[in-house]
Amino acid sequence: MGDPALEVRQVRKDYAAGEVVTPVLHGVDLVLERGEFTALVGPSGSGKSTLLNVVGLLDRPTAGSVAIAGTDTGPLDDRALTRYRGRTVGFVFQFHHLLPEFSALENVMLPMMAGRGRADRSMVECAGRLLAQVGLGERAHRRPSELSGGQQQRVAVARALAMAPRLVLADEPTGNLDTRSADEIFALLRTFNRTAGVTFLVVTHDTRLAERCDRIVELVDGRIVSDRANGRPA
Amino acid sequence: MPFEVYVALRFLREGRTQTALILGGATVGVAVIVFITALMGGLQSTLVDKTLSSQPHLTLKRPERVARVLPAAAGEAVSAVVEKVPERIRSIEQWQRALRLVAGAPGVVAAAPTAAGSAFASRAEVSKSVAIRGIEAESFDAVVRIRRKMVAGRFRVQGTEAVIGTVLAVDLGLAVGDKLRLATAEGRQDVFTVAGIFDLGDQNVNQRWVLVSLRAAQTLLDLEAGITTIEAKAADPFTAEAIARELGPRTGLDADSWMNVNAQLLTALRSQDASALMIQAFVVMAVALGIASVLGVSVIQKSRQIGILKATGTSTGAVLRIFLVEGAVVGLAGSIAGSALGAAMCFGFAAAVKNPYGEALFPIELSPGLFLLASAVALSTALVAAVAPARHAARLDPATVIRHG
Ligand SMILES: Nc1ncnc2c1ncn2[C@@H]1O[C@H](COP(=O)(O)OP(=O)(O)O)[C@@H](O)[C@H]1O
Ligand SMILES: [Mg+2]
Repeated sequence: MGDPALEVRQVRKDYAAGEVVTPVLHGVDLVLERGEFTALVGPSGSGKSTLLNVVGLLDRPTAGSVAIAGTDTGPLDDRALTRYRGRTVGFVFQFHHLLPEFSALENVMLPMMAGRGRADRSMVECAGRLLAQVGLGERAHRRPSELSGGQQQRVAVARALAMAPRLVLADEPTGNLDTRSADEIFALLRTFNRTAGVTFLVVTHDTRLAERCDRIVELVDGRIVSDRANGRPA
Repeated sequence: MPFEVYVALRFLREGRTQTALILGGATVGVAVIVFITALMGGLQSTLVDKTLSSQPHLTLKRPERVARVLPAAAGEAVSAVVEKVPERIRSIEQWQRALRLVAGAPGVVAAAPTAAGSAFASRAEVSKSVAIRGIEAESFDAVVRIRRKMVAGRFRVQGTEAVIGTVLAVDLGLAVGDKLRLATAEGRQDVFTVAGIFDLGDQNVNQRWVLVSLRAAQTLLDLEAGITTIEAKAADPFTAEAIARELGPRTGLDADSWMNVNAQLLTALRSQDASALMIQAFVVMAVALGIASVLGVSVIQKSRQIGILKATGTSTGAVLRIFLVEGAVVGLAGSIAGSALGAAMCFGFAAAVKNPYGEALFPIELSPGLFLLASAVALSTALVAAVAPARHAARLDPATVIRHG
């Protein structure tokens, strides 16, 4: 069914601090088919965030290639990369990372405004609809500081989906939440996956949540050590 | 609304203290520029106006006969003192022709013939030394605007009418309609009727000038149909010296300008300009540094927000523009507030500093051009000051920011 949502080939990533070069990813191969909901697990420091940043085009790999929806991103210059990232990838970060100066609604609108270079009415409607979908229709005009942690993370989910991306990358999206909020966020991601066919790659430490994904990929010391389909996903 | 403007305005609105600080700086800077420029402009044009109110821009006289020093033989010391030879007043030769030349010269708007000499003015037992000026009413008024400066009677010099200054009127106890006797050292004399009294704003002129008809002065001074001086007005007073340099050789007369006569005043004005410019330059620099440092701090404090913006699709160029727009908005708002403050300072100054008669010392010159200039300076200063912080913001790496929470 066409190109995979994500195709990572032999990706290596080294961090150079002066003379010292720290290799973090040692040749990672990973293919995500469209509509897949995959968990990325592994011990702390194994390179999960690094992989997510490279996959999400926030960082370039030292070697190897990253293709999203069939487009090889290597040849793109920085400007084109930013544009392409904005249109195709959504992020949910562990520390929700909302802008405190803007309301929930505006935070969801920001990627749209950045993409089109201006603010307009249609964005307000679109962002409002997304907030309603994550259950925050009533709180659209609140500032992040007026929302609970779970609510803030739901705003971040709505923001990640604002540009109708092919691929959403979530780095420990429930890491800072109580079990109930974590379940709610997870259910929300699953809903968008099922209804809109969005492909997800979710980093999590929570084995309970990982077991609810279609597929579980385990990264240890910068290498994928296991990759298995989950028999009984949620 | 453009995305960058939307974000910039929000950042400014939310960063209250910092915004207030840089806005205050820009406002004070613009106000100082407006105030100093208006003050200097008003002061200088008042000084120049005062100087020019009783003085023609250009004066052309017959060259003075001087005793020339013979070229000295080598090694011989020679006294270089050149003395005027006393002589009776002599008329300009073919003055009608010279007058036409002067009146027709480019940049000259009016020219007037004058027969000038000294005399004694007396009434009853009191006598004063005065300067007789034989004039034609119309051409003289075109060169020295006197009609508007009459304080009593009218500006008329027909027949034996005379127009005198306020100080002479007091000295001799003269009112309009009174008789006045003018006598020269050579013994010619005539009786005149005071037709009007002027105040040209110059003590010496108000005390010494006695304006009579050209005819009457020619008779008193024994000039036959001659004149001693051609006076002229330039369209732009500050071109007078250049015009004088050109007219001198062309007419064969000694041409002098008010600028030459008042060289010291002009030098003082120029150095005043220079020091005002310096003060303004330092103010602009201080404001620029203030804006740059406060914006710099705000960029560092907003690293996280900038990283998030970049991670969610904002391009490097857009981040750069957000902070440039912040600078521009501060510059623009500072221009408006500063123009208002500067104007208020000017009016406050005019109200507070008065002469003993309760009048403002001099008019404050507030022109739209001045506000435009100050605003242009503020806007470009704020923009330039924003460049470094904006570039710093644009260079931030989103991955680093995201990783560190
Ligand atoms: N910018 C960087 N410079 C140097 N080392 C880094 C940098 N970012 C991450 N690392 C190192 O890379 C390794 C993997 O980090 P990370 O991808 O955050 O792991 P995880 O998300 O799995 O905990 C860690 O040892 C970390 O110290
Ligand atoms: Mg991590």
